Amino acid sequence: MDADAPYSQIVYLVFAPDVVGKAIVCSLARKFDLEFNILKAQITPRQEGAMTLELSGSAAAFQAGLDFLRDQGLKVSPAAQRITRDEASCMHCGVCTSLCPARALHLDRVSREVVFESEKCTTCGLCTQVCPVGAMQARIENGAEEAAEDA
Amino acid sequence: MASHKVNKTIKEINERIRKGLAVVVNARDMIDIVRDLGKVAAAGEVDVVTTGTFSPMCSSGLLFNFGQEPPVIKGAKVWLNGVPAHAGLAAVDAYMGCTEPVKGDPLNKVYPGRFSYGGGHVIEDLLRGKSVHLRVEAYGTDCYPRKNIEKDVRLADLPTAMLLNPRNAYQNYNCAVNLGKKIVYTYMGPLKPKAKNANYATAGHLSPLLNDPYLRTIGLGTKIFLGGGTGYVLGPGTQHNPKPPRNERGVPECAAGTLMVRGDLKAMNPRFVRGVSILGYGCSLALGLGVPIPVLNEDVAWYAGVSDADIAVPVKDYGHDYPNGVGRVLKKVSFEELVSGEIEVEGVRSATVPLTSYTLSLEVADTLKQWIQNGSFTLTEPQEAIESQ
Repeated sequence: MDADAPYSQIVYLVFAPDVVGKAIVCSLARKFDLEFNILKAQITPRQEGAMTLELSGSAAAFQAGLDFLRDQGLKVSPAAQRITRDEASCMHCGVCTSLCPARALHLDRVSREVVFESEKCTTCGLCTQVCPVGAMQARIENGAEEAAEDA
Repeated sequence: MASHKVNKTIKEINERIRKGLAVVVNARDMIDIVRDLGKVAAAGEVDVVTTGTFSPMCSSGLLFNFGQEPPVIKGAKVWLNGVPAHAGLAAVDAYMGCTEPVKGDPLNKVYPGRFSYGGGHVIEDLLRGKSVHLRVEAYGTDCYPRKNIEKDVRLADLPTAMLLNPRNAYQNYNCAVNLGKKIVYTYMGPLKPKAKNANYATAGHLSPLLNDPYLRTIGLGTKIFLGGGTGYVLGPGTQHNPKPPRNERGVPECAAGTLMVRGDLKAMNPRFVRGVSILGYGCSLALGLGVPIPVLNEDVAWYAGVSDADIAVPVKDYGHDYPNGVGRVLKKVSFEELVSGEIEVEGVRSATVPLTSYTLSLEVADTLKQWIQNGSFTLTEPQEAIESQ
C-alpha cells in the first residue's frame, strides 16, 4: 500500500494495570500526526483498561503509531470492523472502486457488476464514505458499535 | 435527404406493436445485428431499438402541488423534510431541485462533506411511500389568510407530483482525471492525484442520444421510460449543444445533446429513482431513462448500431483545468478503452471508474423492450424536432 495514502482503522487496546495511569493515546496525535476518535473506553485507575479507537492518518503513521503503543506495553488488536454491502441498495455504479485500496471492490468486465470480495477487504471504510447511496456499511464488533451509537 | 431502401412510419410500427408482431431489440444486441446483416437488412428486420441509461442526473427535480385545506394559504417558503423547495410559483405549487441540500447541512465545512440528505433523497422517500414533513410559511393575504402549515404528507397526498427535469440524458460526457498533487472530490467522484483514476459517466452503446446522434427520431412529445414509469421529451435540455464536433459516424466527441423531460412520479419505481450523495460535492438524483428508437430506415438502423469502439470520450483534468474553466482535452479515448479497466493518461496508467451503472442501464433498455413487446407501450410522433447538426 502507498505509505502516504489516507488510512483509517479501528483498533482495540488493552491497558495492563501498570500503564493505565500513563498518558499514552494523546501521543498518537502529537508524535504521529494521527487523528483518533474514541469509540469506547473503560479505564479504572490501577485496574486493567480497554479502549476502542478509530485511527486516521497516513498508512505509515498508522504503523508507527501501533508500534509505539506496543512499545508502551499495550495489547493492540484490530477491532472486528466488518464492511458489508446492502445488496438491495447497491446500484452497481462503480464509484466505490475508485478508492478501494485493496481492490476488494472491482468491476467484473463481463457482467459489469461491482464485485465485493469481503475476504480481501482491509475494512479501511473509504467505500462507506464514497458510496452515493450508503450501500456500503461498516459494522464494528467488540462492543464498540454500542459506544458509537451512544456518542 | 437521399431516398431510403427501407421506409417505415411510426404508425406502421405501432400497428405491429399492437398486433404483437414488432421486432424489438436492445441497443446492445443491435450492434451485432447491424454488423452481421448490414444496415438495410437490419432496418428491414428490426422495428424498435431500446436504449437506457442510469446515472446521477443533476438538473432534475420535482414539481409538486401540496393542496389546500381551509383556511387557505399562499406559500412563500416551503420545505420537505427540511429541504427547501422553490415556492415562488403560485399558492401551493413548489419545485424541489435534486441538488438542494437539507437546511443546516454542514456542506463542505467538514471537508469532504457527506451531503447525506437533499432534494434527490426527498424524491426517493416520497416514491417509497414514506411520510415526509411539509413545512410552509406565508405572509398572509385577504384571499389566502393562513400563515403556516406543518404536517406529514405522503406521495398519495400530493395532488400533483411530477419529475420535471431541465437537463437529462447527456449525449457523451467527459472522462475526468486529476493531474494535481492532492485528491479532489468532484461531481465526477473522487479523483486521486497524478491521474491514478479516470472517472466516466455514460452508458456507451446503450446511451439514448448516442444511438440517434442527430436526434432524427427524438423530439418534443417522444414517449420515454423515465424512472420506471413513462415520461415525455419536452425538447432540448439546458446546455444542449446542437453543433458538436463529430466523428465519421456522427458521434459527438464531447458532451453535446441533452433532453428536457417530464413524467408522473406517482407511476415511477424507486429502483430507478435514487437520491445520491456525492462526497465533497453535493446531492443529486440517479435516474433511469430510456428512449425507444423507431427504425424508420437504414440510416436510423446504422446509427443505432453504434458500438463502444465508435464512441470517443474527451479526457479532462479536474484538478486544475475544469475548476478554472480551461477546456483543454488531454486526449480522446474510446469508450471501449474505458470499459477495459485502464487507460494511459500523461504517461500514467489510470484505473477507469464508471459513475453510470451499466447493469441498471441495461435493465432500463430491457424493461422498455418488454413493455413494447407486450403492447403496453407504443411510440409517439415527435411534434417538434430538436436541432442537431
